[in-house]
Amino acid sequence: MNATAHRERRTIAGRIRRRIPGLAHGRAPESLPVTLDRRRIYIVPTRAGLGFGVLLVAMLVGALNYQNNAALLLTCMLGATLASSMLLTWRELHGLTLHSLHAEHGFCDARLAVHLTFDDGRARPGLHIALDDIQQPCPLARHSGRTTITVPTDTRGWMRLPRMRLSNTLPFGLFRAWSWITLHQRLLVYPRPLHDKPPSDADAPHARIAGGDEFAGLRDYRAGDPVRHIAWKASARNQHLLVREFDRAAPGQPLCFDWRALSGFDRETRISRLTGWICDAYDAAHPWLLILEDGRVRGPASDAAHYHRCLTELAELP
Amino acid sequence: MKRPQAPPGTRIEAWELAPLPFNLLCITVLCVLAAHAPHTPAWYTAALVVVGIARWWQRRQQHRRVPAWLRVLMLVAVPIAVVATYGTPFGREPGAAIVCGLLVVKLLESERLRDARMAVGFACFILMSALLFDQSLGFTIVVGLMLLPALATLRALEPGMPGESGWSGWLPAFKTGTGLLVASLPAALLGFLLIPRLSVPLWGAPDNNSIARTGMSDQMAPGDLHSLLSDDSVAMRIGFDGPLPPEDQRYFRGMVLWHFDGRSWTPGAVAQRPWPPAPTAIQGPLTRYDVTLLPSNQHWLFALDMPVTAPEGTRFGPDHTLWSDKPVNQPLHYRVESALDYRLAPEALDPRIRAAALQLPAGYDPRARALAAHWRREAGHDDAAIIRDALDLFHDGGFVYDLNAPLLGRNSIDDFLFDTKTGFCEHYSSSFTFLMRAAGIPARVVVGYQGGYWNDFAHYLLVRQSDAHAWSEVWLKGRGWVRIDPTAAVSRVVYANAGGAAGDVGGGNTSWWMPWQNRLDVVNRWWDQTVVGFDALKQSQLFHPFGIRRATAQMLGIALAVLVFVALGLGALLATLRPRDKPRDALAAAQLRLQRRLARIGITRGASEGPRDFYHRCKAMLPASAKVLDSLADEYLHLRYASSEPPPERARAFVRHVRHFRPRRVVK
Repeated sequence: MNATAHRERRTIAGRIRRRIPGLAHGRAPESLPVTLDRRRIYIVPTRAGLGFGVLLVAMLVGALNYQNNAALLLTCMLGATLASSMLLTWRELHGLTLHSLHAEHGFCDARLAVHLTFDDGRARPGLHIALDDIQQPCPLARHSGRTTITVPTDTRGWMRLPRMRLSNTLPFGLFRAWSWITLHQRLLVYPRPLHDKPPSDADAPHARIAGGDEFAGLRDYRAGDPVRHIAWKASARNQHLLVREFDRAAPGQPLCFDWRALSGFDRETRISRLTGWICDAYDAAHPWLLILEDGRVRGPASDAAHYHRCLTELAELP
Repeated sequence: MKRPQAPPGTRIEAWELAPLPFNLLCITVLCVLAAHAPHTPAWYTAALVVVGIARWWQRRQQHRRVPAWLRVLMLVAVPIAVVATYGTPFGREPGAAIVCGLLVVKLLESERLRDARMAVGFACFILMSALLFDQSLGFTIVVGLMLLPALATLRALEPGMPGESGWSGWLPAFKTGTGLLVASLPAALLGFLLIPRLSVPLWGAPDNNSIARTGMSDQMAPGDLHSLLSDDSVAMRIGFDGPLPPEDQRYFRGMVLWHFDGRSWTPGAVAQRPWPPAPTAIQGPLTRYDVTLLPSNQHWLFALDMPVTAPEGTRFGPDHTLWSDKPVNQPLHYRVESALDYRLAPEALDPRIRAAALQLPAGYDPRARALAAHWRREAGHDDAAIIRDALDLFHDGGFVYDLNAPLLGRNSIDDFLFDTKTGFCEHYSSSFTFLMRAAGIPARVVVGYQGGYWNDFAHYLLVRQSDAHAWSEVWLKGRGWVRIDPTAAVSRVVYANAGGAAGDVGGGNTSWWMPWQNRLDVVNRWWDQTVVGFDALKQSQLFHPFGIRRATAQMLGIALAVLVFVALGLGALLATLRPRDKPRDALAAAQLRLQRRLARIGITRGASEGPRDFYHRCKAMLPASAKVLDSLADEYLHLRYASSEPPPERARAFVRHVRHFRPRRVVK
């Protein structure tokens, strides 16, 4: 008997949890696509909404006390209109489907841009997304469904996308509807670059790169090329982007960023410094090679793939 | 809930009031001022409007706060101005004036979204309070429409307005509010019907006497009726059971004036005495009718000469007037029976009444007294001859009917009879009664309404304030009190400045819109009866059709709650309804159709499944239809991906194939 009741309670609890998944705050992360349906949209009056509620009660009492039916009718009209705005508020979130997500690369301590694509034909001008204390306005245009949010980062490496709160107060700002989305997508955060100090080693990358660059010619832009190398004037003449190529004065001498050369610093400082050098070298389009802690060597190269591979390695270091 | 905060250094202006909502807020405030303009002094409203417009201009030009001292000055000036005008800050009109002023002060300090929301709420409340002064249909509609700018302001405060500046985007802002207002009308009506009415007010019964309302006052001095005669508002509406009484019988008796002090007529002491009404001898059939009297703030009711039964809650005065126990503050319905052919106190006159009916102030109007004495000497005991003399005097003595009567001096009757000879009903009834009393005939003045407009469509008689009238009654031995209308004897009528006065002296002039106004009164009547007159009693009979004799407040509350939930559910259902995914062309439509058909037998296309994989999976699961699916897949892939625009005839063929394809459920 006891066991049966227990089982039933468990099943009821299970059923409730299944019906209203958002009730549990620590709900399991889900995978894309995520559709906001009626079970996971919450709605409460905002502070302004509560204020209007008090106002409506005052109007109602006044109209009733003065036995004034015209005033009562007006109060009912206003009340019904404001109350039904709740449905519009709710509908602004209902049916919204988060289809895909694409994170940009970003460094630690900076806000990481994440592009969200919603699969939806409607315009949702009042959508706000909050990952932390900051509400980010993310209006969705009709048929585009794309928007960008920024994610705060504080440690390098793989981080889980924080729980997102999608909210909306349209049309009158009297109600706020919101819904939580927890995804198990992970974002890679590159280490924080340290630019300020030259390496203790003699071969400062700045000097080498500055001395070794000679303009060699133009080529077509390829994704990942540093922006500062784009030849804007030439591009304007040619209708497509051109990039300046630099003759490697000493092609056999790529810069060498060696983990072991940075002895005397703590682990994170080493990673940050290496990251800073790699960024500088990449911006200058100078080839470099990275020697990691365990002696593995990456490079030499100066292209985007190499750049991202190096930074990923650094970010993933234990 | 966590309050959203602007991140440091970003978009501080998000909390600032954008130009569009500010403009809309200014319009809302102007609307509120307009709604209260009819009962606030014109200079006060004008001053507030000027301040409001100046504020709009200032924010538009400078985009800066109004200095604090100016706001404080305004805050102080408003109550001072109101007290200086009304003498007190309390009461309905001073209160309305003060809140209007405070709303403008709020507009002066509105710089943030929060201020604007508060101002909108405040404006809605003040709009409602305007209806406490006038709840006619037209005014209610106007005030209801004034909610639209308030709603538009609320909408414009939210994101998603195109442009968000100046005037662009005002149309969408209005659209949301208007749409919602219209969509929630049924819910509003339900609430109106079901919200339980208070049978007793919660606090101090509303002091309706403070409302300055034109209506009949309880005295008649020369010129008093003038404002009434140019007032087009409705006094009462009457529906008759039988045929409409003829025009010359439509005298609605209101109040009898006994006492004359040389200048004005008042009811005097007789009306207050608990003397029994004079005996009435009825001849001929009774006329039965229903009266809806609009609020007059007075105690007396109006009934056709001569009422014989007193409705519930009323009593007869000694002069056969109807008195209500309470002043008429709400529209009052009552049913009366009147005898058009009657003898009132025909046999004998109570000596106390005779004394009151012969009262004259000493030392006034010697010429009129002399004239009356002259008539008495000539006629001897023939009272009827004296009456004829007086009526002949009005008819042939060069008297003119004119609403613009000249002012009269101390001996007002003498001045009128022998000098000005120009006036309207009150002058004629007053001087006629004076002459009769001076000649020794008991006489009194009766004020009420005469005439009215018969609405043939809805079958009721519409009586306006401008139908107000005063006439005389004289007592003749054997005939009792006889109604004499001396105004009717006047032959020359000047209508030049009569305004809308239609009732005095049969017909009178009518402005061009008056016929229309009379016809349209049907709607006002409906409004007064169904909406304004929907009180606790009518509400308790709401469930009659469902077999509930008397609905209690509790029942109403429960019904309201149930219906609110049903309405919310329905609304949510409507809100969830979404158009099906709209296919972009015939090809996509056919593909969707195929997918739906397959989904019915359990093969659903995954969100990440391409068409080729999907067809492949289908083929594996439905070996019987493999061939058809193969060709469909080839066709679809070719049409969709081989060219940017599928050739129409082949697309049509695909659509046809899909239509004929009936997947059979897999038998396991």
